[in-house]
Amino acid sequence: MELILFYLSALVAVAATFMVVIQCNTVHALLYLIVSLLASGFIFYLLGAFFAAVLEVIIYAGAIIVLFVFVVMMLNLGSKTIEQERQWLCPGIWHGPAALCAILFAELLFILMRSGAHEAGRIVDSKALGIALFGPYLLAVETASMLLLAGLVGAYHLGRPLKS
Amino acid sequence: MTVGSPAVVIGILLSTVIVAAWLIWVERRMIGIWQDRLGPNRVGPLGLGQVVADMVKIFFKEDWIPPFADKPVFVIAPAIVMVTMLLGFVVVPFAPGVGVIDFNFGLLYFFALSSLAVYSQVLAGYASNNKYSLLGSLRAAAQSISYEVFMGLAAMGVVMLAGSFNLREIVEAQKDGWYVLPQFAGFLAFLVAAVAECHRAPFDLPEAEQEITGGFHTEYSGMKFGMFFVGEYLGITLNSAILVTLFFGGWLGPAFLPPLAWFILKTLVFILFFILLRAALARPRYDQFMSFGWKVMLPLTLANIVVTGAVGLSVP
Repeated sequence: MELILFYLSALVAVAATFMVVIQCNTVHALLYLIVSLLASGFIFYLLGAFFAAVLEVIIYAGAIIVLFVFVVMMLNLGSKTIEQERQWLCPGIWHGPAALCAILFAELLFILMRSGAHEAGRIVDSKALGIALFGPYLLAVETASMLLLAGLVGAYHLGRPLKS
Repeated sequence: MTVGSPAVVIGILLSTVIVAAWLIWVERRMIGIWQDRLGPNRVGPLGLGQVVADMVKIFFKEDWIPPFADKPVFVIAPAIVMVTMLLGFVVVPFAPGVGVIDFNFGLLYFFALSSLAVYSQVLAGYASNNKYSLLGSLRAAAQSISYEVFMGLAAMGVVMLAGSFNLREIVEAQKDGWYVLPQFAGFLAFLVAAVAECHRAPFDLPEAEQEITGGFHTEYSGMKFGMFFVGEYLGITLNSAILVTLFFGGWLGPAFLPPLAWFILKTLVFILFFILLRAALARPRYDQFMSFGWKVMLPLTLANIVVTGAVGLSVP
């Protein structure tokens, strides 16, 4: 049963992500991106990482993509951009990326075939996650927070009122 | 993981939708009393049938989609708020044995669904292709993202005290005293953030009918508008239930009433508070509202977390 659910949500994720790439209307592409993120959240849930699953929905689907939609709405892209996107998506352009993706896909299949079964389905609770984050991974957490602080300062600098 | 039987689940689903629709009548009557008039009192005893009459009327209205709208998105948008808010009730612990599921991360699940609900307003405004709708949905997006942060931070004090994200365990942990006393600052911040998340007056800036003619739902008519309307009341009910669970001991209470009755009574008090707030306060300006959030709510909630953590570590 879990296997069926896993492959179903994986299929949804892949199909939605594919639609993000080929969609000409930016807001529709973002809607597919939300579906893709929800599907990957579901995969996390099936693997027992409940915390990661819920955070995927709160942070990515619920906050970051809202900001994306926000910006796209402000840009007020009309039918002109859709036409432009359609021209850019001509079949000739696909050869290069498709070949590169095929190499990656072959590598992925090779690795999956060679390695044995991995541990999955163990439920990770918030306490174990917190201990791991603020224990062995403390340095990574601190570095990430410094990176975010730098981003915040930069955004504040760009958004400050101009001196007249 | 499951708590209730299928009959309980269907009962919860039906009663939440019926209560949410019935709240329209409650709001009109209560605000009528508050403003020294009667409110709707003609259809049935006390005017209770007013909701049924309104529903019949709204179903017979023309379901019009503007020709300039983005059709599929326009149709999906009102359904999102209904679906997310109804799914939110899945983790609400009504009473021992009454509920849909018992999820370890119930509180986070509630935050996830309330953050997804904003797509309803944002997409409605975008799909309407209308200046006022767009302004309304820009306000809705910025408001929801900001106040979600404070809502999450305000609830973290409770999580630290209870040591769990599970809403049932949070209620059980309040046996010796409700968290509203040790977490009073958290409670105030959560209350303000909950009003902002529901887009209720005085924080109904995304709708603000005097400035932007109804905001994101300007172009909606018929039952599509009705979905936004009922979705808003579902949001009030859900947020009241979560407030009661986190700060007012959920189903706990003296034994002369059953646990479920205590939960419903406490939730009703908060629903009435949400409704009467609309008649009591005026709407702030948008920039005042946002700077209040980032300059008052954020430091308050962060200080609350630091103090709670310090006290929790020093007093074992």
